[in-house]
Parts: sequence; structure tokens; C-alpha cells
Amino acid sequence: MQAVTREEALELYEDMILGRNFEDMCAQMYYRGKMFGFVHLYNGQEAVSTGFIKQLNQPDCVVSTYRDHVHALSKGVPARAVMAELFGKATGCCRGQGGSMHMFSEPHNLLGGFAFIGEGIPVATGAAFAAKYRHEVLKQSSPDGLDVTLAFFGDGTCNNGQFFECLNMAQLWKLPIIFVVENNLWAIGMSHLRSTSDPEIWKKGPAFGMPGVHVDGMDVLKVREVAKEAIDRARRGEGPTLVECETYRFRGHSLADPDELRRPDEKSHYAARDPITSLKKYIIEQNLASEAELKNIEKKIDDVVEEAVEFADASPLPPRSQLLENVFADPKGFGIGPDGKYRCEDPKFTQGTAQV
Amino acid sequence: LPASELTKYCLTFLGHEVLMFEALREAMIEEMTLDPTVCMIGEDVGDYGGSYKVSKGLSEMFGDLRVLDTPIAENSFTGMGIGAAMKGLRPVVEGMNMGFLLLAYNQISNNCGMLPYTSGGQFKIPIVIRGPGGVGRQLGAEHSQRLESYFQSIPGIQMVACSTPYNAKGLLKAAIRSDNPVVLFEHVLLYNLKEKIPDEEYICCLEEAEMVRPGSQLTILTYSRMRYHVMQAVKTLVNKGYDPEVIDIRSLKPFDLHTIGNSIKKTHRVLIVEECMRTGGIGASLRSAIIDNFWDELDARPVCLSSQDVPTPYAATLEDATVVQPAQIVAAVEEICQS
Repeated sequence: MQAVTREEALELYEDMILGRNFEDMCAQMYYRGKMFGFVHLYNGQEAVSTGFIKQLNQPDCVVSTYRDHVHALSKGVPARAVMAELFGKATGCCRGQGGSMHMFSEPHNLLGGFAFIGEGIPVATGAAFAAKYRHEVLKQSSPDGLDVTLAFFGDGTCNNGQFFECLNMAQLWKLPIIFVVENNLWAIGMSHLRSTSDPEIWKKGPAFGMPGVHVDGMDVLKVREVAKEAIDRARRGEGPTLVECETYRFRGHSLADPDELRRPDEKSHYAARDPITSLKKYIIEQNLASEAELKNIEKKIDDVVEEAVEFADASPLPPRSQLLENVFADPKGFGIGPDGKYRCEDPKFTQGTAQV
Repeated sequence: LPASELTKYCLTFLGHEVLMFEALREAMIEEMTLDPTVCMIGEDVGDYGGSYKVSKGLSEMFGDLRVLDTPIAENSFTGMGIGAAMKGLRPVVEGMNMGFLLLAYNQISNNCGMLPYTSGGQFKIPIVIRGPGGVGRQLGAEHSQRLESYFQSIPGIQMVACSTPYNAKGLLKAAIRSDNPVVLFEHVLLYNLKEKIPDEEYICCLEEAEMVRPGSQLTILTYSRMRYHVMQAVKTLVNKGYDPEVIDIRSLKPFDLHTIGNSIKKTHRVLIVEECMRTGGIGASLRSAIIDNFWDELDARPVCLSSQDVPTPYAATLEDATVVQPAQIVAAVEEICQS
């Protein structure tokens, strides 16, 4: 295990606490009627998000699924922007138009937030393709190497066609992408073992010619080590890696899931491996920080999450006039005129019956 | 992009003759030369030069990465184009046959159509999705589909259909330059059409319909291959003393209701001739839009001639019977004008 500095350890700790507290607050807010629809919480899986995303730079991209709040937070999207989005307010990161399953942030290179499993993986592959294209065609190079893209998805997605198609293309063109499988053993109520002929997902990497790695996804330091190696590989242009993280979600699939199928002994097994508790223990045993310092971090995060709720509460709902904006790239008008330039505005464009 | 000196719509005295696929190819070469972020993604677009030769020679000119030969994975490579577009490239994704893009429906509907909106306007998707569709010559049911009717409901995409070498080149250039996702429908039977096009650079407006034949008696709205069946019928109609106005709508989404409306206000009668099936086609939507917007101008029921609601049969006689033929167009015009 490579050593982790005090700063790094505290950064990891703070990020995981943020993820956990935020999600707990989401549950509270949902049951209080401030948040609606399908909300999928990440409790228990924080080590994967923190372990990977904290290794990234700003130009690197993250693509996620519907379980995306914590990926957004790890990538740097402010908690208030995510909370406001969840409340459906105009100040949300997507102006209230996306919701829980569609978190996007262009400045943080968070490319979504996708509701259908697997449909984000090709988008991530495209972002990685663009990184390679920028380097080879546009001759835009950075001293760090290629910009890297992380695609997060679950065990259920690994039986989906898009997964396999993208493993093939990514390896074929040596794209700077890492396929991060958050194997929490369950796809709603479908156990991974009941739906998958060969449940060892990491093995599917070498089948396509790329390294396949299995890691304990409840241990942020182990995840971090694997992540670092995969990211460095990608930056050097050596191509993709498939990383299977063994992890667990402490809550149900979504807030609407009664979570009756999973056995109590399975849940308690993983609860004992809570990544936050493990890291806390490690930090204290290795004398990287004191309990009091960690408590301070927890207090600080409490405040951040409280503030996020206050901000979201105080924010306005989107006005009716916002309904038809952003359907097209040019929010008010559209199209190219005979002179090759954009035409004048037509507010009826998004109604599909514009008078040109 | 540099503003080019653009053109008058009339063909210049000089100019050069091209076949439709060459016109599309010229558009690709011009745009890829002007803008290094424009690239092509599709099956057999590179080494093979494209199944319909639209990208012949392009991979030698621009390299393997800019003219990317993909494995057979429509959903994923279309999604890859979308991700690349979100990160600053301007991909042109080719469906070898538009029908194959049914496999990419997930990406086209959910991502192409929705991402600019669900991201609150943070991302744009300047992608072009193009390929040949429509009923060919005995290609069988699956290679004879009209995807424009399936895609038209997707909010967030624009759709255009080209029908001549001139508008094919102009529309493809405009589609590439547009920041919106544009689906360009070509037709399997039109790739060898020959026409003289200008030497100077020109662009066609994506949302504008094309006046094919001005007239006074009734308005015939059509697009793609059916334009030619209409014009064949028009020869007969003119001999019989009729004076139809023919408009190639070109823009399937949104409709150019300005041009269409001006025509209806003049003629008060409408015939739509399309290749989509009767149920849920472009004609169905167009007829609905016309009734909504121009009801008071109409002197007769707007008629829509569509293909039969059948999978296109292989046998030639049956295939001919699935699409609208010139004789049916003549009969329909006569009936509308007499009512």
C-alpha cells in the first residue's frame, strides 16, 4: 500500500463525509417532500467516487449513471448547486431541468447523469475519443498527457450491449478511458449472481485486450492506488482499463425501494466495512490527524450541507418562460441562413412550427 | 468560421456537374478543410470510401482518426459521436442505411435530443447524423425504411431531407455548421442524380423549403424521392391544363410554414406526397400543422398521399404498389381541383 500524506488523507476523508452527509440529507428532504421522483443514493460506495475522482484534474471528464450526486460532488460541483437541482429550482446546476438523474456541469467536466443504464458509456467513450483527437489531430497537448475520462456504472450494466461495444472500441483505438464498475451486487432486486453467467466482471477486460482489475471498493486507499495506475496508463496513451470495485449500497436502489430482498447478514457484513469508518481508523492509527480534527471536518461538512439546503429552499422555482429554452443550442433562434451565419431569432423555434 | 461569400440561388454559368454522392463528398471535404474539428464516424467510411462513395478518398486526405471506420455498433458509435460533440468536436455520423440507426435510437432520442435541455443549456451537440433511407429497388423490408417518421417526435433534433445535388451539398454544409443536432435524410435511389452546381461556396438554409415549380392552382408539398414522382405527374398535369405549385419542403423538423403558408394563401388547395407510411408519417404531422395554421385559407380538404402501412415487400410489383406513383398523384390533383 503506498503511503498517503496527511493532506491527502484529510482530503479523502472530507470528500467521503461530504458524499455521505449529502446523501443522508437527500433522504431527509425527500421524505419531507422537498425532493421528488426517483432518487438513488450512494451511501456505502463513497470510496469509489472519492478514490477515483480525487485523482483527476479539471479537464478530465466524469460520466455517471442515475446514482450521480456523489460523483458530482467529488468532481467539484458545489453542494448547493446539486441540492438546488434536486429541489427543482432555477439555481440548480441544470436550471432544474435535469433532476436527480441528470447532473451535468460543463465547468467541472461532468458529462451526466443518465437514466438508462449503459447509455452514458458511449458518451464517455466519445469524450475520450475527443481527448485523443485533440492530441493527435488538433495538436493540443498538455504536459500531463491525455485528458482522461472515467465512466462509472454498475454490475447490471455489465450485461448490456453498450458496455461490450465500448470496451471493444476503447481498446481498439486505445482511448484514455477507465471503465469503473461499481459492483454492489444488486440491480434493484436482481442479484448480480442471478443475472450474469460469469459474475467476475474484471475478467471481461482481458477478453477485449485491456487490463481487468478487481479492487476492494470499500477501501478508499486501495481504490486510490488502482485508480492512480489506471489514470496514468490512460494519460500515457496506453489505453483503457476495466476496474471492478467490490462495493455495496447501504440503502435501497432508490428511495422508493423497500429493500426487502437483501439478507441482513449481507448488509451487516458490508456495514462493518464502511469506507468512512475504515479511513477514520487508519488516519488515527497512523497518526495522520486527531479525532478532534476529523470532528472539525465533519462539522464543516454539516455546515456545507445545511447551507446547501438553505440555498435550495430560498431559491426560486423556474418560471414558465424557461420551459422552451435550451431545447436547441441557440436558445432563442436557430439555423444557418443563406449567408452562412445564424439567422435572426425566432421564439417559436422550439414549438416546431417556426415561421422562417 | 469565416463568413464565405455566399450565393444567389440561381446556378452560375460556370459551375461543374456532379452526381449527388459527389456533391455530399464535396461538402464533407470543404467543411473538414475549413474546420479541423469536423470528423466522420461510421461503418466503412474510411478504407471502403463509404457504401455510397460519399467519403471516397477522404481518409487518405484527412487521416484515420478524422474519417473513423467503426465496428458494427451503431448505438455506441452514435453515442461516441455525441460525447465527442459535447467535448468540442463536430462529428458527422453516417448510418450505412438509415434503418440501422434504429439501433442507435437510445442515443439519438435520449442523448442527442435531450442533453442540451437536461443539462440546462450547458452542453451543445453539434452532430450531424446522415445516411440513405427510403424505398429502393427490391432491397427488402428492413433496408427500405423511413426513419424520419420515427425520429420526428424527438424534441431537440432538427431534420432535413435533401433531394438534389445542389441542396444535398448546401444542406450538409449547413448541418455541419449548425450547433444543433441535425439528421440529414438522403435517399438510396438518388445518389446518381446529376446536376450542375456552383463552383463558389454556397450554403442552403436548413429551415427553408424549396420552390420547385411556382403555380397558382394548388400546392403540392413533397420531399426527397417523391419530388421526382411529383414532377413526373406534373408533366402530365400541365399537359392537361393544370397549374400546380410544387414545393420541396426539405426541412422536416421544423416545417417551413412561412413558405408553405404563402403558397396555401395563394392556391387554397393542398396535396402532400410523401414516402412515409400513412400512419404517423411526416405527411400526417404536416397536414395537422396546415389545418392548425391555415384552416381559413383552405377551399378543400388537405390530401396526403403516403405509402401503404406494410413492410416493403421484395417483389417488384408489390414494392411499386407500396409507394405513391405518378398516376396516383395525377388522379389526386384532378380530384382536389374538381372539388
